[in-house]
Amino acid sequence: MLRGVLGKTFRLVGYTIQYGCIAHCAFEYVGGVVMCSGPSMEPTIHNSDIVFAENLSRHFYGIQRGDIVIAKSPSDPKSNICKRVIGLEGDKIITTSPSDFFKNHSYVPMGHVWLEGDNLQNSTDSRYYGPIPYGLIRGRIFFKIWPLSDFGFLRESPNTERFADD
Amino acid sequence: MAQAHGWVKRYFKAFYKGFFVAVPVAVTFLDRVACVARVEGASMQPSLNPGGSQSSDVVLLNHWKVRNFEVHRGDIVSLVSPKNPEQKIIKRVIALEGDIIRTIGHKNRYVKVPRGHIWVEGDHHGHSFDSNSFGPVSLGLLHALATHILWPPERWQKLESVLPPERSPVVQSEE
Repeated sequence: MLRGVLGKTFRLVGYTIQYGCIAHCAFEYVGGVVMCSGPSMEPTIHNSDIVFAENLSRHFYGIQRGDIVIAKSPSDPKSNICKRVIGLEGDKIITTSPSDFFKNHSYVPMGHVWLEGDNLQNSTDSRYYGPIPYGLIRGRIFFKIWPLSDFGFLRESPNTERFADD
Repeated sequence: MAQAHGWVKRYFKAFYKGFFVAVPVAVTFLDRVACVARVEGASMQPSLNPGGSQSSDVVLLNHWKVRNFEVHRGDIVSLVSPKNPEQKIIKRVIALEGDIIRTIGHKNRYVKVPRGHIWVEGDHHGHSFDSNSFGPVSLGLLHALATHILWPPERWQKLESVLPPERSPVVQSEE
């Protein structure tokens, strides 16, 4: 009786470990479903939208200007941020808002990216904490699956004047 | 003929079972628990690679200990290089968030480490590309804690978490 229970427990633990490892490999190397919160990416992504993120671009260093990425927050490694890539390393970034008279610009350092939310009025992003290292990027969001009214590939940035000519 | 067929089928079944069990478990173990790595360069001399390019140390990297991003001053850690995401660097943690430290060769004489960041330095000052060059690094770049030297055998040892007294922070943040 005890041997039967022990055998069943070991089998259960074995399956849990096996499926846990498969899940880790899937999320780490392929992609997964993510729920976004916060208003910083409106109108492209709203609070409580569910999106699909892929992690292949990050591993092959194929993240491009205009991609929406999930990254670890630079000030809190346990939480994630969801923003659009405005500049890659070496790009010239205008750091002042378009309404300012004197334009201030800087260059994105090597190994870093400049992120901004689509909702520029309500987004804490690189304009606040500076460029973030590429190593913090976890995946690229490319498809929305909820709400169903907005199902499909994600829109281009509504703020095209933020992309400076390089 | 039927016997040979049965053998092939059992072989493939065993192969798929091994593949789909062994590969994910091994990959997850190397990503989440521990792995080994060869140290290159002289930035951590004399603690690591004292022989220079003649013999590179191989260290045991422990991911499990840093799964909650908890590090202590004096730990030797590996992290993703902020200047080149394809490379990992191995340095010693000198200061945690909130500490104020005196820098060596940084553009500011004193730096307060921001929230969610750490200050890392190689033991071989002057020959090290570390926070004195690129500033405080975000904890999100932390990769693993180096706990032991595994090779060469005459250098088998546990790596001690020791903060050099001359590098201790000017002001330490309250824990």
